[in-house]
Amino acid sequence: MTTANSPAIEMRGIEKSFGTNPVLKNVDFSVTVGEVHALAGENGAGKSTLMKILQGVYQKDAGEILVSSQVTEIEDTFAARRAGIGMVFQEFSLIPSLTVAQNIFLTNEPTKFGLIDDAKAKALALGIFKEMEVEVDPSRTVESMPTALWQLTEIAKALAQNAKVLIMDEPTASLAKHEAEGLFALIERLKAKGIAIVYISHRMDEIYRIANRITVLRDGSRVLTESLKKVSPEQIVEAIVGRKSAAHLVHKSRADKISSQIALDVKNLSSGPKLQNVSLQLRRGEILGLAGLMGSGRTELVNTLFGILKPTSGTISINGKLVDISSPKRAIDNRIALVPEDRRSQGLVLDHPVTENLTLPLLDDLKSSGLLSKKKIAVKSKEIIDQFDIKLAHPSIRVSSLSGGNQQKVVIGKWLGTNPEILLMDEPTAGVDIGTKSEILDLVRRIADSGKSVILVSSELPELLSVSDRILVLKDGHVSKSLNRDEIPSEEFLQLAIQGAA
Amino acid sequence: MSTKTTTGLALNRLKRFEWQQNIIYIGFAAVFILFAVLLADSGFTSPNNLLNIFRQTATISIMAVAMTYVIAAAEIDLSIGSVAGLAAVVSAMTIDSFGLIPGIAAGLAVGAIAGAISGGLVAWLKVPSFLVTLGMLGLVVGVARWITESAPIPIADQTFIAIFGGADLGPIPGLLIWVAAAVSIGAIVMNKTKFGRHVRATGGNLVAAGYTGVKTARIKFMVLLLSGVVASLAGMLYAGRLQSGRFQWGTGDELSVIAAVILGGTSLFGGRGMVVGSLFGALFIGLINNGLILAGLDVSQQQVVRGAIIILAVALSRKK
Repeated sequence: MTTANSPAIEMRGIEKSFGTNPVLKNVDFSVTVGEVHALAGENGAGKSTLMKILQGVYQKDAGEILVSSQVTEIEDTFAARRAGIGMVFQEFSLIPSLTVAQNIFLTNEPTKFGLIDDAKAKALALGIFKEMEVEVDPSRTVESMPTALWQLTEIAKALAQNAKVLIMDEPTASLAKHEAEGLFALIERLKAKGIAIVYISHRMDEIYRIANRITVLRDGSRVLTESLKKVSPEQIVEAIVGRKSAAHLVHKSRADKISSQIALDVKNLSSGPKLQNVSLQLRRGEILGLAGLMGSGRTELVNTLFGILKPTSGTISINGKLVDISSPKRAIDNRIALVPEDRRSQGLVLDHPVTENLTLPLLDDLKSSGLLSKKKIAVKSKEIIDQFDIKLAHPSIRVSSLSGGNQQKVVIGKWLGTNPEILLMDEPTAGVDIGTKSEILDLVRRIADSGKSVILVSSELPELLSVSDRILVLKDGHVSKSLNRDEIPSEEFLQLAIQGAA
Repeated sequence: MSTKTTTGLALNRLKRFEWQQNIIYIGFAAVFILFAVLLADSGFTSPNNLLNIFRQTATISIMAVAMTYVIAAAEIDLSIGSVAGLAAVVSAMTIDSFGLIPGIAAGLAVGAIAGAISGGLVAWLKVPSFLVTLGMLGLVVGVARWITESAPIPIADQTFIAIFGGADLGPIPGLLIWVAAAVSIGAIVMNKTKFGRHVRATGGNLVAAGYTGVKTARIKFMVLLLSGVVASLAGMLYAGRLQSGRFQWGTGDELSVIAAVILGGTSLFGGRGMVVGSLFGALFIGLINNGLILAGLDVSQQQVVRGAIIILAVALSRKK
């Protein structure tokens, strides 16, 4: 048996490239027995690549991995499991139609006379849950339980395989507050039993609460490893963000373009547990940025404003008039448009030609003598394509053959074709190359300059800071801060506000 | 404390009883009682008629056992009816030239080859099973017509006829023994072996099953192979009962079989497999066919009523 402070896992000098693109550069990382080690960094910093190497999903190009001080080759996921490395997946890795016990022992089923012994599996599962000090009925099917119990089942599954190291990727993202408390208590108990935990999270308050040490990766390199007792939130954020220069992201004040007229007035809007009592005002010509962590309620807010989610309480007024937005159709009638988060599944019919995608919300206006007019459709599409400078060989090619940036322009163009007064945009630059990104941001400014109002959700703070006139910070479904752009001196300041540490 | 927990768990289980998954048993009983009352004079409940229902649905029941595995793995096999037809003619022709044992082997080989080709394409080349088996359906019918020049092949071998459905074991028809064997083996393998568990895991969440170490491609290959071999067996049961091989044996059976499986509570989206339910689904369809004939409906009316009942029953047994 290993003792506390002896390393459970050591990764030394890990290198990994995809093609010619290095994603991990000489990274060291270790977790000791009974320690919670937080792993932080921006998207693309290399966190998940590092953890996938540990799980045997990817192979390292160079470096070595020691498990309980023994050099160990982790050539596949089976080797990782034999080495005692367990993963609590962000997207749960359970079979919904099987019971809890059946899931815990999947591929590892106890047998009697060659047949599966479900009674024994149930008893063993009960034993594991008892040791975790949680109550889960092992004979229930997973799909019949709330997601918080799915996570406990995942942890039990890892423990059933004798995991000594647990990797938890954003484990609280899908949990309500009291469920997260339960998870933290469980993590403490697991620590006491000598389980080492790698805790991937962006939430500063959680990291300070449960982790012993933190490692920050940036652009594939390790930039910080420190005991949390010796490091401030500001230092962590600076390590995460680094110093970047990006000329196209400079903010230009647009105060002269914002009218005093209030276009959208939302009072005490709630929808389910994920959006509570949100109030906001949006002026004509204004760009309002929505900041917050994953699950903070940003997407829920724009989806409620577009009628995809039903408001459970609160009011929405447009130009001073109370409106009912209980379906996307009503939202469109009130001249609201949404550029959704996932353009491929929510924004486009990928196999259809660009023209058909662009004119889908406009078909009522493109008829002649009751039938759709091919000519009117072609003219309208051409107009939008020119206006947004969408680069394509021919308007009749399929949207799926366009680049991500041009696809996004099709989505934006499609909605602006309806001439909305209020444009909601959820992560409009996700997966778009740098050049198109600044084009889209310019486009957002021009849309607002023409007197329309924009609400922009983005996880990329520099971009949010460059276009927003005002930023609302959401946390756990409510507004935690409302900041004018000139009140925000730096990206670090905003990052701290989002993580609730400032 | 333990008794309290036990009653608590039992209560929970009752509350969680999945009505939709088990509706086939309720529906079966209801329709049975209805016909027994309405058709009492037409001899619906006579032992002979009931055995007849069993006999007529035997091949559907047996193929439904294998189809339960295919659908539980979130795949589909549309080729079973035509594989049964080809297996019937191939075994009839082989018996004629080479004798009993080579005939049985050749019949089974038909399903094994067709199943292995479909399974390989689905498992490793990731072609959707709907398309692969739809193509296989046409291909297999074509081969069967080609080699027989669309003519029936009579079977004279009495042993073959006795084994595959012609003979009775005392009062019990041989076909019933085949069905009982297929269903009991199928149910035990589904619920009590790693293979059955892994089939349901593959259909329930392909990625998660793979991450957990289930060899999902192999599972997909295996269920389609199994389905092909069982379809061959069904074809030989047709050949034995009807004492000849014809390419038409089994034509259109895939639809009855799929309906039986869905009626039995297996999810078309995979992850669930109810073998005993599939048997009752098949019997339910047989019951309706039989009752409608006894009620004196003509063929076109039977088709309409049968279609409506199946749509209704499938809608009720669908989860959510």
